[in-house]
Amino acid sequence: MGRLARGHRVNEPLLRELVPAVIGVLVRRGADFAAAEDAVQDALVEAVRVWPDAPPQDPKGWLVTVAWRKFLDASRADTSRRHREARVESEPMPGPGEAVDDTLQLYFLCAHPSLTPASAVALTLRAAGGLTTRQIAQAYLVPETTMAQRISRAKRTVSGVRFNQPGDVATVVRVLYLVFNEGYSGDVDLAAEAIRLTRQLAAMTSHEEVAGLLALMLLHHARRPARTRPDGSLVPLTEQDRSLWDTRLIAEGVDVLQTALARDRLGEFQAQAAIAALHADARTAEETDWVQIVEWYDELVRLTASPVARLNRAVAVGEADGPRAGLAALAELDPALPRHTAAAAYLHERDGDPVTAARLYAEAARSAPSLPERDHFTRHAARLNAQLRG
Amino acid sequence: MAKYLLLKHYRGGPAPAVDFAPMDQWTPDEVDAHVRFMRDFAARLEEAGEFVDTQALAPDGAFVRYDGEGRPPVTDGPFVETKDLIAGWYIVDVESWDRAVQLAGELSAAPGPGGKPVCEWLEVRPLWGDSPAVTE
Repeated sequence: MGRLARGHRVNEPLLRELVPAVIGVLVRRGADFAAAEDAVQDALVEAVRVWPDAPPQDPKGWLVTVAWRKFLDASRADTSRRHREARVESEPMPGPGEAVDDTLQLYFLCAHPSLTPASAVALTLRAAGGLTTRQIAQAYLVPETTMAQRISRAKRTVSGVRFNQPGDVATVVRVLYLVFNEGYSGDVDLAAEAIRLTRQLAAMTSHEEVAGLLALMLLHHARRPARTRPDGSLVPLTEQDRSLWDTRLIAEGVDVLQTALARDRLGEFQAQAAIAALHADARTAEETDWVQIVEWYDELVRLTASPVARLNRAVAVGEADGPRAGLAALAELDPALPRHTAAAAYLHERDGDPVTAARLYAEAARSAPSLPERDHFTRHAARLNAQLRG
Repeated sequence: MAKYLLLKHYRGGPAPAVDFAPMDQWTPDEVDAHVRFMRDFAARLEEAGEFVDTQALAPDGAFVRYDGEGRPPVTDGPFVETKDLIAGWYIVDVESWDRAVQLAGELSAAPGPGGKPVCEWLEVRPLWGDSPAVTE
């Protein structure tokens, strides 16, 4: 199949798309999840080696056959070590289970509520995403041995979970959101990977929040080329070169969101996506429909009571009703919230008080949640101080 | 997950909670027990999927700075009596600040003379990471 092995390189994302289904087949044949997952990873390594010269007619069938062989080899080695009879000796006849796609079950298992968020993220990227432990470790800037332990602990935690138990889409959605939002930029593009996995999930379930999350990701991803300068510094939304936004992704995101909203079962990700869609809809920052954005933040606060949503709402109020109104909304919130001081600095500057704004930006830099934001706030403080001296 | 630095100091920080002799005055068994604790601590972190890095720093060294085009860098020190001297660190990747503090507490319980916890002060500092994709 040429689409999976073009020329001399295997199309890895397409190959990895088959991973959860192949794990599912092995589990249905009697392999336990942890061993099945290891065997499929081994099969992937072989596929990357063999396919460029000999692309298979049926890639999934090839992976199932090779992974099953790897599983048998591993369990034989295991059992002979323990001087026991091999539990599974011969390849079973393909049964009705082969036709069933267990990909969705696998997503549920990887996001099982018994797992910590970090474990669920790691397991999802490996078993649903087909990434290697090394790739995941590089993406999260930890040693490979640490990530290997995180994954094997996660596998032990879910070892007692029955594969065919119904799961909760909401937990899967939260895990995929974490993958998307982590922001680390290693060799693996986690944002693109999160979108790929969410697309796959959206194809299997009609849950509105899956669509909401997919729309949110697409709309934010569309802005990525404009979000940072070549030197890595942040460009705030109002200053972004909107001609760099990916209009194809925006159109798709809006489309996915509208379909979801039409079902009238609002959730937090749909509300967040609606806010992103309103930003995407403005050709210039001045054309932004802040009144409608505040209304969506009201929905979001109603749905989640999240302090972050309240903070962002206060900033939006500042745009819709003027900086004094924004500062009043901000005054009701806990000043220890991340980005609270930065929001206050921004609103004070708009209110014509550069002295307070400069002081607050310098303070915001010290308590910034990330390095690019620290540099960004420092630059604002420096700009205002230079103006004040000038 | 967030990364934190657990910083060990030879000197500096709050007044020591427990006054004990320098390590070269301990018995060999006490030294061994302390070193083993440190090694086991790293191994436990790794097993928990929380380990990022650990390094020990020799106390000697110098301050170095640029001194203009075409000139060699200027060095200053070593300063035998500086107030603050860093001994080494662990970097951990954990769910929360509270977990980082818990780990620092465990590390501070490393055995000293008589097998009693040294109760040394450890400095816990968050590492600045990358910014998230969604902030609005």
